[in-house]
Amino acid sequence: MRIELDFLSVLAQWPLLAKGVAWTVGLTVIASVIGVALGVVLAWTRSQGPAWAKWVAGTYVELIRNTPFIVQLFFVFFGLPAAGVKLSPEVASIIAMVINLSAYATEIIRAGIDATPKGQIEAAMSLALNRMQTFVRVVLPPALRKVWPSLVSQIIIVMLGSAVCGQISTEELSYAANLIQSRNFRAFEAYIIATVIYLTLAIAVRQLLNWLGPRYLFGK
Amino acid sequence: MVEFTLWDIFRNLLEAARWTVALSLIAFIGGGVVGVLLLVARLSKAPGTNAFVGGYVQLFQGTPLLMQLFLAYFGIALFGVKTSAWVAASVALTLYTSAFLTEIWRGCVAAIPKGQWEASQSLAMNFREQLQYIVLPQAIKIAIPPTVGFLVQVVKGTALASVIGFIELTKAGTMITNATFKPFIVYSCVALLYFALCFPISLYAKTLEKKINASHR
Amino acid sequence: MQAIVDISGLRKSYGTNEVLKGIDLQVKQGEVIAIIGKSGSGKSTLLRCINGLEVFQHGKLTVDEKPLLHDNAQAMRELRQRVGMIFQSFNLFPHLSVGKNIMLAPSLVKKTDALAATAQAKKLLERVGLAEKFDAMPDQLSGGQQQRVAIARALAMEPAVLLCDEITSALDPELVGEVLRVVESLAVEGMTLLMVTHEMSFARKVSNRVIFMHQGRVHEMGPPAELFGNPQTPELKQFLSSLHD
Repeated sequence: MRIELDFLSVLAQWPLLAKGVAWTVGLTVIASVIGVALGVVLAWTRSQGPAWAKWVAGTYVELIRNTPFIVQLFFVFFGLPAAGVKLSPEVASIIAMVINLSAYATEIIRAGIDATPKGQIEAAMSLALNRMQTFVRVVLPPALRKVWPSLVSQIIIVMLGSAVCGQISTEELSYAANLIQSRNFRAFEAYIIATVIYLTLAIAVRQLLNWLGPRYLFGK
Repeated sequence: MVEFTLWDIFRNLLEAARWTVALSLIAFIGGGVVGVLLLVARLSKAPGTNAFVGGYVQLFQGTPLLMQLFLAYFGIALFGVKTSAWVAASVALTLYTSAFLTEIWRGCVAAIPKGQWEASQSLAMNFREQLQYIVLPQAIKIAIPPTVGFLVQVVKGTALASVIGFIELTKAGTMITNATFKPFIVYSCVALLYFALCFPISLYAKTLEKKINASHR
Repeated sequence: MQAIVDISGLRKSYGTNEVLKGIDLQVKQGEVIAIIGKSGSGKSTLLRCINGLEVFQHGKLTVDEKPLLHDNAQAMRELRQRVGMIFQSFNLFPHLSVGKNIMLAPSLVKKTDALAATAQAKKLLERVGLAEKFDAMPDQLSGGQQQRVAIARALAMEPAVLLCDEITSALDPELVGEVLRVVESLAVEGMTLLMVTHEMSFARKVSNRVIFMHQGRVHEMGPPAELFGNPQTPELKQFLSSLHD
C-alpha cells in the first residue's frame, strides 16, 4: 500500500494561505490589545474595586474559563442575533477572542498586582500620589514584567484557538486550509502545512512579544 | 412547526453530555498513561529521549487542537483504516493530553530540590529507587492540583471534536439549534452544562492547591 | 510660635492590642527629634500616624495647623506634600531610573514640567552626593546609595517635615555614615526632622530633643545631653545600658 502525498498542490495555493495568515495574525493582534487592556481593568476591579464589582468580575472570569471557546464563539455569532445583535463573522470572532483572553488575562495580571511589595505602595502614598497614579505608574509596570511570560503564553493559546473561527467562515488560516482541501481533496497535506504554519507563527509571535514587552510596556 | 420546550432542549443536551464525559475520561486516562511513559523515558536520560519528548511537547502545545483533530481524522484514513469520529477524537485528544500532562509532571519533578536526589544517591540508591521512593512520591503530591486542573482543559477540548462530526454536547447544540431555531437559548444551555461540568473540577483543583501550599509552610 | 506638628491624646490599637496609649507632642518648626525605645514600644507606629499610613482611633493630630482627616483623600494628599517619609527598606521604584524615581511625584502631583523636574532632580542628587547616578537603575546601587536617592526623592516634594523610620537599620555598617551625613546636613539647614533611630551617638549629636518611648507612651523626653547623661526612670536606664552590651 502506497501513500501518495502531494504537498505541491497545496503550496500552489499560497495566496489563500497568506491571506489566512494575515487574518489569523490580525485577529490575534486586535484581540490581544483589547483583551489585555480589559484584563488590566478587570484585574484592578478584582483587586481593589467595590464588593459588587468584584463579584461581577469574578463571575465573568469563572464563566468564561469554564466553558469552551467554540461555545463562546457560537453564542456570540449564532446566539446574539436571536437577541437582536447581528454580527459579521470577523467581528464575532474578535469579540469572542477578546472575551476569552480577557478572562484569563485578568487572573494572570491580578497575580502580578497582588504580589506588589507593600513598601512600594507606602512609598507612593507618602509621595502624595493618588490611587490611580499609584496603580498605573508604580504597581502596574513591575506587575506586567513579572507576569509577561504567562501573558504571552495565553496570547499564543488564543491565537491557536482562533483556528475555530474558520467554522463561522472567518477567512483565517484554518478556513484557508479547509477551502484548499475542498478543492483538491488533499486534506492531510493541507492540514499538515497549516499546522506547520501555526507552529511557526506561535514561535515567531512569542519572540516578538518578548521583545515588545520590555521595550514598550514595562521598561528595561 | 413542532414546539420545543426548554426541558426538551435540556434533556437532549444532557444525553449528549454523556459522550463529552466519556471522551474526556478516555483522553484523560489514556493521556495520563502515555504521559507517564514519556516522563519516565525523559527522566531515564537515554540518548535522544529529551529531544524527542521536548519536541513532542512543543508540537502539541504550539499547534491548534483543531488541526490535531483534523490530522488524526484524515491521517488515520490515509492508512486505509476506516476512521470514525470516535477513533480520531480519542487518538488526537489522548496525544494532546499526554503532551500537556507530561510537561506538567516534568515541572513537578524538577521542583523537587536537587538535595533530595543527592541525599538518596549518597544512601547508595540507584536511579529507579531514587525515583520510586524519594522523588516521585513528593512530586506526585504537588502534581495533583495542576493535573486535576488540566482535566478542565480536556473537557473543553472535547467540544472541538464536534467539528469532525463527533456527537457530544457542542454538536448536539448545533443540531438542536438547527431544529428549533433558538440559538440563544440552546447555546446558553450548552454553556451552562459545560460550566456545571468544569466549575466543580476547577474549584476542587483550587482547594487541593491551597491544601498543598498550607502543608508546605 | 505654633507647633508644626501638634499631637494630643493620640491612642491607637490593633484590634484589642493598644500600641499607643495617649501621646502628647508638639514639634516646633526646625526641630530635630530623635525617638528611641525598645522594639514594640510604638515608635514606628507613631511616626506612621503622622503621615497617615496608620490610622489612629482617638486623639488629635494637626500638621501645619491642619487636622489629619483620614477619610478625605484630597486632604491626605495635601498632608503628604507637607510631610515626607524615608523608609527602612528604601522602597525605590525598581522599574524607574534614579532620576525618574525623583521626578515622578513632582510631575504627577505638583504638575511640574519635565524640564523643571529634571533640573530639580539633578540638583537634589548632587545634594546627596550622587550626581552621576541620574540614569542608573536602583538595583545597580548599594544600600547606602539607594537610601540617599530615597532622601532626594522625598525632598523633591519640598516637605516641611521629614519622617525617618529607622533609615539606617537595613544598611551594612560601612554604608550608614554616608546616609547620616546627608541627614545631618538637612538638620543644619533647618529641616524639621522626626527620626526613629538606633544610632544613639548620631541622635545625641544632631537632635534638639530625644523622646524615649516605652510600652506605647512617651516615657521620658528632653535634650540629648540630659536624656543620655542623666536618665531619670529605671526603664530608660535599663534601655541605655542594654545598648552597651
